[in-house]
Amino acid sequence: MAEFIRRCQLCRRWLLLVIALLPGAALRVAADAPATAPRAIPNADVPPFGSLSAETDGQKLYETICQGCHMPDARGAKGAGMYPALAANPKLGSAAYPEYIVLNGLRAMPDIGRHLTDAQVAAVVNYLITHFGNNAAEAATAADVAALRANPPLR
Amino acid sequence: MPAASTPVSRRDLLALIGKVAGGAAMYQAMAGIGLAGESGYRGPVSLQGAPRGASVLILGAGIAGMVAALELRQAGYRVQVLEYNARAGGRCWTLRGGDDYTELGGYTQHCRFDPGHYINPGPWRIPYHHDCMLDYCRRLGVALEPFVQINYNAYLHSTQAYDGKPQRFRHIQADYQGHVAELLAKCVNAHQLDETVSTEDLERLLESLKSFGALDADYRYRANDASNSRRGLAIEEGGGLSPPGEWSEPLQLSQLLQSRLWTGIASSHGFHTQPAIFQPVGGMDRVAAAFARELGSLIRYQTQVLRIDQDERGVSAHFTDRVTGAAGVAHADWCICTLPASILSQLEARVSPRMKAAIDALPYHASVKAGLQFRRRFWEDDERIYGGITYTNLPLTTIAYPNHGCNMGGKGVLLGAYMFGANAYRFTAMDPPQRVAEIVSLGAQIHPQYASEYENGVAVGWHRVPWANGCFAAWDTQKRAQFYADLCQFDGRIVLAGEHVSRIPAWQEGAALSALDACERLHRRAVAS
Repeated sequence: MAEFIRRCQLCRRWLLLVIALLPGAALRVAADAPATAPRAIPNADVPPFGSLSAETDGQKLYETICQGCHMPDARGAKGAGMYPALAANPKLGSAAYPEYIVLNGLRAMPDIGRHLTDAQVAAVVNYLITHFGNNAAEAATAADVAALRANPPLR
Repeated sequence: MPAASTPVSRRDLLALIGKVAGGAAMYQAMAGIGLAGESGYRGPVSLQGAPRGASVLILGAGIAGMVAALELRQAGYRVQVLEYNARAGGRCWTLRGGDDYTELGGYTQHCRFDPGHYINPGPWRIPYHHDCMLDYCRRLGVALEPFVQINYNAYLHSTQAYDGKPQRFRHIQADYQGHVAELLAKCVNAHQLDETVSTEDLERLLESLKSFGALDADYRYRANDASNSRRGLAIEEGGGLSPPGEWSEPLQLSQLLQSRLWTGIASSHGFHTQPAIFQPVGGMDRVAAAFARELGSLIRYQTQVLRIDQDERGVSAHFTDRVTGAAGVAHADWCICTLPASILSQLEARVSPRMKAAIDALPYHASVKAGLQFRRRFWEDDERIYGGITYTNLPLTTIAYPNHGCNMGGKGVLLGAYMFGANAYRFTAMDPPQRVAEIVSLGAQIHPQYASEYENGVAVGWHRVPWANGCFAAWDTQKRAQFYADLCQFDGRIVLAGEHVSRIPAWQEGAALSALDACERLHRRAVAS
């Protein structure tokens, strides 16, 4: 029974994610997902991410990776191109979408998640979706990230 | 040669050498049997007979864009180049004293190097087989000088080995080769290779090991004239009545292996970093300046492209003049777009879904470079390091000493860090003063003189470069198979060029070759239409 409930929860998360990724979906705000989403690559064969391999604090992970582009205030930046603001971003209202992007990357954004553990991905996503004006009700867990990594909803 | 006398195949022999003697020896062996690469450059293009009045719009005045502009103008096309920056070159870029650089996030660094000193935040080397870049340098009168890729007196450094004390490259290389050669010679003399290598070849192998490893007459690597002819004496010799020198003692094999410093030996064996390798005299942007001088008013600077449109008659690029703020549109029959995919993926561009998917599939690598000025060239004065590169397991990865102005005394600017991967993300995420300060602090572990001699510095994190959003396209095998062909295809009247549209990513040679390929295909289409 527990397994059944867990599967239902996963299905719900995936459904939310698929909706978020759909062209023209209400949740679509900043960047689109690629037309053909590449399959997330399990991180077993990828070397740990150097000096960050032991870091499990979401805020520290944000400050040592994400803010290089998305900036310390998470408001993004504009030049010849831009980095989207993560602050007060409706797409960060739940965990699944940012989990997916961290694992798979988006356009010029590398698939950082392949260098991070499931727990690290969950930690940084949780930090993001509960700070900078984001107020997600549901938290990311390492198990969710593992499931998403193993079976991405879009192939 | 009869099969009986060659019981070991070329591949097996290479594998054997690789296993026993390491990658360096295997590479030497491979080069010896002629498995070297070939250049993709087929000489200067000669495009002739552009259709009367035909025009080409080129987006981006980096190496790719300027190569294309030069060749297409020569062929008779009306050419216009739109460039975001106030200068030409793109990632072919040099920072000197007096330059201001504002990164994304708004922080401006004021470069305060003394005259004659500089740092190349992007490409800094042109290897001997980058024929296309070498050819343009020759044709445009860009003077080159040797880039010291291997300096036997620079350091290999690990915080985990030799109590964190940097080791001279020549010691690590000589001792690694010597120990490995001695071990392999032992195997030979114990008849352990009799089954796999012919008697005749075993003799040559022994002879070669003596040469490769600086072994003595008994095939041993010891403190003696042979080993010291490579690693150098402990007390060096002089003239006249000066006393004889003293041998230096090789490092112990076990410590050497555990140190992992041997990873630094192969650092210059890669095809793209083998000597001879060059740098433009005065900074890499001399190349860009030479192209820009040729192109003159064909380049429209300070022009931000917002949207690229096309139909069956032509292409138009909608732009904003970054000085006046005025909107404008540039039209042409054809377009070569050299904007990095990291920027292009965010613009509205009327291209096919397949090309769009390819543009969107390319992430960009993180990288950080820092230039540090010191009031004294202590690496030369105190440590006899003239140019070349020190490798370290510190986040810095690399310290590269200036290859020009050697032995003249005075100040110097060195490359204080060249990072990729996790460290590059971490340092990009810092604000520039913190970035520089941390790089100076780390470097002092290798050169304690940093503490007293440091004057000023700049540090560029490529993901914060406003017109690049990353260092270079991160192709992998899977992406190459899935998207590369679509990225290269002519899409209506638009074709892409740049390092990302080449099989030599990150190198200017790739950008230049992609531009020539794009020009040739464009010309064929234009003539046919």
